[in-house]
Parts: sequence; C-alpha cells; structure tokens
Amino acid sequence: MSKSPVSFELNGSETSLFVEGGQNLLDALRRGVGDLTPKFGCNQGTCGACTVLIDGQPFLSCLVLAVNAEGRSIETAAGLSDGPSLHPLQQAFIDGFAAQCGYCTPGMLLAAKTLLDRNPNPAREEIAEAISGNLCRCTGYAPIIDAILSAAEIVRRSNRP
Amino acid sequence: MAKHKGRGFACINYPIGMNLGGDPSQALVHSTPDGKFMVSLSSIDLGQGMKSVTRQIAAETLGVPVSDVFVDTADSDTGPHCMGSFASRGTHRVGNAVIRAATEARAQLLEAAADELEVNAADLDVDGRGNIHVKGAPSRSITVADTAIAAQFRQGRTVSGRGIFLIPPSEANPETGEMTPVSCFAHGAIVVDLEVDEETGEIAVLELNSAYEVGRALNPKLVEQQLVGGAWMGISHALYETTEPYYPSREHGPVDFNSYLMPGPGDLAPHNIAIIERPAEDAPFGGKGPGEMCANPVIPAVANAVYDAVGVRCDELPITPEKILRGIRANGGARPRGARH
Repeated sequence: MSKSPVSFELNGSETSLFVEGGQNLLDALRRGVGDLTPKFGCNQGTCGACTVLIDGQPFLSCLVLAVNAEGRSIETAAGLSDGPSLHPLQQAFIDGFAAQCGYCTPGMLLAAKTLLDRNPNPAREEIAEAISGNLCRCTGYAPIIDAILSAAEIVRRSNRP
Repeated sequence: MAKHKGRGFACINYPIGMNLGGDPSQALVHSTPDGKFMVSLSSIDLGQGMKSVTRQIAAETLGVPVSDVFVDTADSDTGPHCMGSFASRGTHRVGNAVIRAATEARAQLLEAAADELEVNAADLDVDGRGNIHVKGAPSRSITVADTAIAAQFRQGRTVSGRGIFLIPPSEANPETGEMTPVSCFAHGAIVVDLEVDEETGEIAVLELNSAYEVGRALNPKLVEQQLVGGAWMGISHALYETTEPYYPSREHGPVDFNSYLMPGPGDLAPHNIAIIERPAEDAPFGGKGPGEMCANPVIPAVANAVYDAVGVRCDELPITPEKILRGIRANGGARPRGARH
C-alpha cells in the first residue's frame, strides 16, 4: 500500500510522517511518532482509552484516519504537563489516587480537560457525563470524579485575576 | 406500579492466600552502586498497588527513604519465584518475603558501614533518611550512598538479601479430616440499599455502607480505593456482567464492550467505608490484603436487598430485570419486605 505524507501539530510541535491509507491516528501516534500515551484498548471506539484532542475536541483516535489529521492540532496526554509541572488534572489524579492500573488514565485526563476547558465549574453529574465514554475497570469511577472536581477548583483559582 | 426499596446485608471471612501443596513467594533485594535499593519480584502488579506496598515495606525494613527503593516485577524468567498475584495474597506473602530479604540486606549494609566507621555493626542504626549512625552518637555517621560505594568499590562486598515466605502444605488428618488451609483471614461486612421498579424490573443501587478489617492499612489511600473500585465490580457482577448470553441463545451474547453490560460513571452509588485495623500477627507490619473480598460480599448483599424489596430470590447472576419480572410474576406480584398476598 502506498504511503502518504501527513503533517499536524502534536502538543505544539510540528510533526510530519508517512502513513498508510487505512492507518488510524492511534496507530500513527503510537508507532509512527512514538507517543504511547494514547492507549490501544478496543480499537473499535467503545473504550475511550485512545482519546486525543483534535482542535480542542475529544476524538477516539482509533476511529480517525491518520490522513485526516492533516493540518490539525492534536493534543495527547503527553502534552498536558508543562515540563516538570503537571497539569492540575494530573496532580489531582495523583493526589486522589484516581488510577489503579492506569490504562484508562490518559483518556480520562483528556476527556476531563475538554470538560474543564468548556466549563471550569462542573457538577458531579456533568463530570460523570463527560467521562461516560471512557471505561475504567479498576477505580469504580468515584475517585476519578472526585479528582476532576478538585482539579476544577484549582483551575478556577488559577484563572482568577 | 411502584418502586420498592430494599436493604440487604452480607459479610465475609476472606482467606488470604491459599494452601494447595504450599504457598511460597520469594524476593531479592540488592543495592545499586549509588545506594538505592532494587527489589526483584516475580509477582505482578495489575494495578492493585503491590509495587507501592512492597516498596514501602522494603523501605521501612531497610530504614531508607521510600524514594530510594525501586520494585521490579513480573518477569518470571529473571525474577525469583512467586506463586502469583491471586487469592489476595500479594501483600501478605510477598510482603513477608520482602521483609526477610530487606532484613538480610540491611544487616549487610550495616556490616559495610561498620567497616567504614570502624565500629561494631550492632552499634549502628539507620535514620530512615539515608544515613547510618552510631547509636547515641548521630555525628558519627555515613550516608547509605557512601556505604554502598565503599562496599562495592573498596570492600568487595554485596549489599543484598534473599527472602522467602512459605505457608507450608497442610495435609488433612486422615482420622479427623482436620487441616489448616489458611493462616490469615480478613473480614468485611456490607449493607446495600437499592430500589426495584416492579414494572420494569430495573434496579437502582442507592447506597453502600461497608466495614472492612484489613489488618493494618499499609497504604490507606490504596486500600480505600481498592474497596471503592472492588465494590463497583461486585455491583457490576451482581447486576450486569456475564459472558453468557442474555437472551435467547449464545450468539446473542456479548462479544465486545458495546454489548458487554457494565455500569458507567453515571450509575454510581455513594459508598461509605469504615476501615478497621487489627494488625495480623503473621502479616507484614500487620497488613493483610483487601483484594478480592472487596467485591465478593457485594453480590449476596445485592441479592438479599432484591429479596427484601420485591420478594424475589435470585440464585443466578447477573440479577437482570427479566429474572426479577419472572420472579414477581411467579409470586403473583411484588412482595415488599416479605409481604404475602
């Protein structure tokens, strides 16, 4: 199969690579770029482990063709931290023990980030709704929801002038 | 048509580990040249936190900061033998093996430090912050890092330890049948409140209240999280999950996450947990494992609560709306709180 060049912005850096016609973005990010933070879960769009943000919106990267990423801005969990300083969501997940095996965590973080970017003061039910596309088999979700609530508070405080 | 509230109880005495022909686990501890410690295990951390807990146990036993200890797991080609991560045995069995390995490594560390400080190893103590000093004379000290360097580059000595913990096989007494299959039990009790819709058969879990006795909670946050997540799994098993077909034949069974029913983040009930600490004698620093027992009692408690709510006794899992409706019909109507028509 012939390969096509594709260029996009990945976590703020211009990235170019060759991809196959049927290759999904998840595979391109993991094997092509080497960003292993989007996780391979079901590869059919039901588990949310491969969630990435494309132009700020959450997408299941297993259902996005890599060629369609041309010219887009992509964010993965690898881009959440600013050097050594973690994103408030990452810190809240650590402080609140919101991960056990951690496989769903990158997807959860990005689903939560989408919510907080849109609404920094979400209710519990809105958080549950926002992460309802992301499966977790360890935590029972409650610690994740708690962590997102406390991250929201930190985000609100840092947004205050 | 009405919704009926029900409350169900269940409790559990959960055996930690198993004993079918003996239950051993091994651990190896060695220091790196810069005075950090590597704990090698073949046990697997599936996310339950065994790496964190064995790291704490090793650091506590060695007397060094947790940040100076690293745990490497799950390569059974290169690691010491372990029976595995099951039967809630990790903390208890592997933790005990780590204590023994770390104790031996600590003795070698103090021997090496004694050579450097020209004192008797029995007179030395560690401060838990990376220093070794003469008891009663804190200024006569050497860092763990300098000790490791001296041991390996000057003294030609390893700073390492081997540990094994074995629950020996227990044969049944041919006369009485008596045996000791288990050395250590953890305990739990749970109350489930739920609501059953007698028209649709649907169940909404309203609240969980539980108490778990886990020996000592070596890492309280991990214990709490495992209990929360495990109870969720229990509810999931009680009400949703099965690899068997729902209806009517096997081909209609779940084949992927689309058709495999699980409760989502919107189906959560508040869960209040009391963790009771009663350190076990033969457990590492008294800690047993919350492990599987965080899911097990939830299932009978849900079944009991359903019986309490509508009088239907389900003895097959999961307790689906269909089973409840069939039960209500067979009884000639819902029988809340044991009411008879």
